[in-house]
Amino acid sequence: MKRPRKVIVIGGGLGGLWAALRVAEAGFQVDIFSLFEVKRSHSVCAQGGINACFDTKGERDSVWQHIVDTLKGGAYLANQPPVKSMCEEAPGLIRTFERMGVTFSRTAEGLMDLRLFGGVKNRRTVFAGASTGQQLLYGVDQEVRRQEALGRVQKYEWWEFLSLVKDGQGVCKGIVVMNLRTMDIKSFPADAVILASGGMGQVFGHRSTNSTNSTGTAACRVYQQGAWFANSEFFQFHPTAMLGDDKTRLMSEAARGEGGRIWVPKDPGDRRKANQIPEHERLYFLEEWYPSYGNTVPRDVASRAIWKIVHEMGLGVGGEDKVYLDLTHLNPGFIEQRLHAILDIYRKFHGADPVHEPMEIYPSAHYAMGGLWVDFENDETDSGMKPGSPRNHATNIPGLYACGECDYGYHGANRLGANSLLSASFSGRVAGEAVSNYLKGLQDDLQAVPEQRFNDEISRQKTINKQLTESQGMENPYTLHHELGELMSSQVGVVRNNTTLQEALSSLQDLGQRSQAVNLRETNTWSNQALVFTRQLQDMIRLGQVITASALARDECRGAHYKPAFDLTAPKDAYPGDPAYEAYRDAWKQQNKKWLKTTITEQSDSGPLISFQPVDLSVLPPEEPRDYR
Amino acid sequence: MMDKTIDLDIRRQDTPYSPPYWQAFSIPYREGHNIVSALMAIREQPITRDGHRVDPVAWEFNCMEEVCGACSMIINGHPRQACSTLIDTLEQPIRLEPLSKFPIVRDLMVDRSRIFSDLKKVRAWIEIDGAWDIHEGAPRISPEAWKENYLYSRCMSCGCCMEACPQYGPEKAFIGPDSLAAVRLMNNHPTGSYHKQQRLHAIMADGGISDCGNAQNCVRVCPKEIPLTTAIGELGRQSTLQLLRDLFGKTQ
Repeated sequence: MKRPRKVIVIGGGLGGLWAALRVAEAGFQVDIFSLFEVKRSHSVCAQGGINACFDTKGERDSVWQHIVDTLKGGAYLANQPPVKSMCEEAPGLIRTFERMGVTFSRTAEGLMDLRLFGGVKNRRTVFAGASTGQQLLYGVDQEVRRQEALGRVQKYEWWEFLSLVKDGQGVCKGIVVMNLRTMDIKSFPADAVILASGGMGQVFGHRSTNSTNSTGTAACRVYQQGAWFANSEFFQFHPTAMLGDDKTRLMSEAARGEGGRIWVPKDPGDRRKANQIPEHERLYFLEEWYPSYGNTVPRDVASRAIWKIVHEMGLGVGGEDKVYLDLTHLNPGFIEQRLHAILDIYRKFHGADPVHEPMEIYPSAHYAMGGLWVDFENDETDSGMKPGSPRNHATNIPGLYACGECDYGYHGANRLGANSLLSASFSGRVAGEAVSNYLKGLQDDLQAVPEQRFNDEISRQKTINKQLTESQGMENPYTLHHELGELMSSQVGVVRNNTTLQEALSSLQDLGQRSQAVNLRETNTWSNQALVFTRQLQDMIRLGQVITASALARDECRGAHYKPAFDLTAPKDAYPGDPAYEAYRDAWKQQNKKWLKTTITEQSDSGPLISFQPVDLSVLPPEEPRDYR
Repeated sequence: MMDKTIDLDIRRQDTPYSPPYWQAFSIPYREGHNIVSALMAIREQPITRDGHRVDPVAWEFNCMEEVCGACSMIINGHPRQACSTLIDTLEQPIRLEPLSKFPIVRDLMVDRSRIFSDLKKVRAWIEIDGAWDIHEGAPRISPEAWKENYLYSRCMSCGCCMEACPQYGPEKAFIGPDSLAAVRLMNNHPTGSYHKQQRLHAIMADGGISDCGNAQNCVRVCPKEIPLTTAIGELGRQSTLQLLRDLFGKTQ
């Protein structure tokens, strides 16, 4: 009898669970591998909401406007057909979530309520209090549990992905993983593998809003086996994160969407408490600089504005790296109901109540727009992405797919708030459907892959572990991680320049060497977290190199990637039609000719190898520069 | 004068099969430290208070903002999330122990997989035809009903309520307050209610709702302040009605 086709999904966040669900529904067997119980995935940290055009607020919102906002928000760097399809299918995706039982917040009429988010002018964000990601993940988690009860899905929780196993033609045919309790290394064959391993915020150390498991390690491991990265230089710094020594905790963009205002005292030496500073002595700099969007400018714009206030104008609160995010003018009952989850986080970790005093915030590494390169098939009939095509979300390694934050698909140079839950869910669904069709067209049998290939990879991995455990170097992996975080956030952060990036590259090389000379100080062979962490650290350093090399290669400002030496800003007080503005538009178009292209990074012995690919601009030709004034 | 320190006594266990022991650690005081960040400081320099270099303490953590449920442990006798427990609110030396109701993996790490198999047992999901668009959402839900449901939907399966529950334990069949709350949530969804009967039967079986001893500990320790006992009360009434229906053969 023929063995039933099997798919492995790595990662159990929104993307991975959606993919698993769709593959299981297509009748194939799915194994999900996760570092922990899937319900604890980083998707739960997304707070504010998920975008879909429902136009229930009398604002004449449209799907087209969602497409335009996403493409422009991303500075036109995203391939346009997948974005078009994502925005078109967003309402259907939300309806599916609603059927799964997700507790979306309601209007008085019992419909899903909408809130305002950054980079847009219409209310388009569906939400569940301020814990939307948690609610969405639980909805899919429940459905996957149902598939588990039906015997179609099996979960392997507490397993870490180490590497792919390929057949003689280079087609992905399985994985090698490590059990995080017993430390056993084992191989699992599969007809296709979907990587949904999430973000890599930990490359920026504790100066990130990401969970401690968001290391990007799994993506880095397939990169070392030949998968391409794309647009890695585009890393989003969320403007409003709470300060903290162990972690900078996200304060949702919903805080601004619901009316929160960002300001600093006009006098940085002002020692009064925030609520004793009169209105006319406050600088609401976002409202002043961007009157039409005000506090809800996109994240890259807001982060740079805060950077400017603090570092160029020296106006950080009390002379420190922080500004105020103020909710105190809003109705306490209203914000409690709409933002309870984040108010709670602030109260618990900061010991102050945002209802009564403004929060202190600063930008922090938040989201990787870049990630593993994935393909898509153009649909000739509607210029979207062709539904069900096995090319969608396929990496350049045959049989390996990627979805969720670890891919580079939908956000171009900057992601709009509340588009990440959307892209994670949508891409997971698309990847699941693509893989199902890939399997239908698959001829060869898994049993044809020689056992030796799996065994060789297992022994290679065992050797790596042995070397690290026995290493008698001087370095402490946790100390090195702090250094990595400081290096990345200070030299490859909100503002970049080529000299510093060069320095960062050589520092990273040095860190990489030091990470080989560690002493794990850990003799236990059971649940050896130091070994696991050190391997992740080495991969985080490699990712740091990928990000930095890509940033060095791109000499322009686009979205989250900002090099002041190549800045091109709209002339002050000039608008479309004015000669000064039209000259600027021409210069911007010239810049696009040179730089509107996808950065591809490939692993080589001499470090990351950079090349470029054209962007599919078939939906919205870049005629209008972003302008949020 | 000695610099200010944070003193911790930690219950350790090297493997699931080895005996437990205690070790004392001191780390330099820092404002704003929580239990997870203190444990991070220890893992970087795992030296006991009396100067011995030891294996770092193993524990579980992820989101660091009390939403993933990973870092549950017993802190000074109370089950809670380590990340949101600030050192400044605790009496020292701080005693850290693993949850006692689950099998120990190592040190402060436990195996909570039973929580998820119990959710399977009570069928804590909504039956949908498939994860595709049917061009219709779920029926409307009033803001009042939403407000109540939302309280339950924030359960992160952290295990604190089970730890506090005298009826829950490795030798006992009771599924625990969290699974019951999940049934309450699913039963109140407009289409989830179609399969209310199956879920009620699941919790009327052995290890179900009748095993609740009404100690009310669960609701006191829940880090998300979920009204677990209210859910159990509601389900008690629903299952009594279901029992009558079963006896007299009435359908829903």
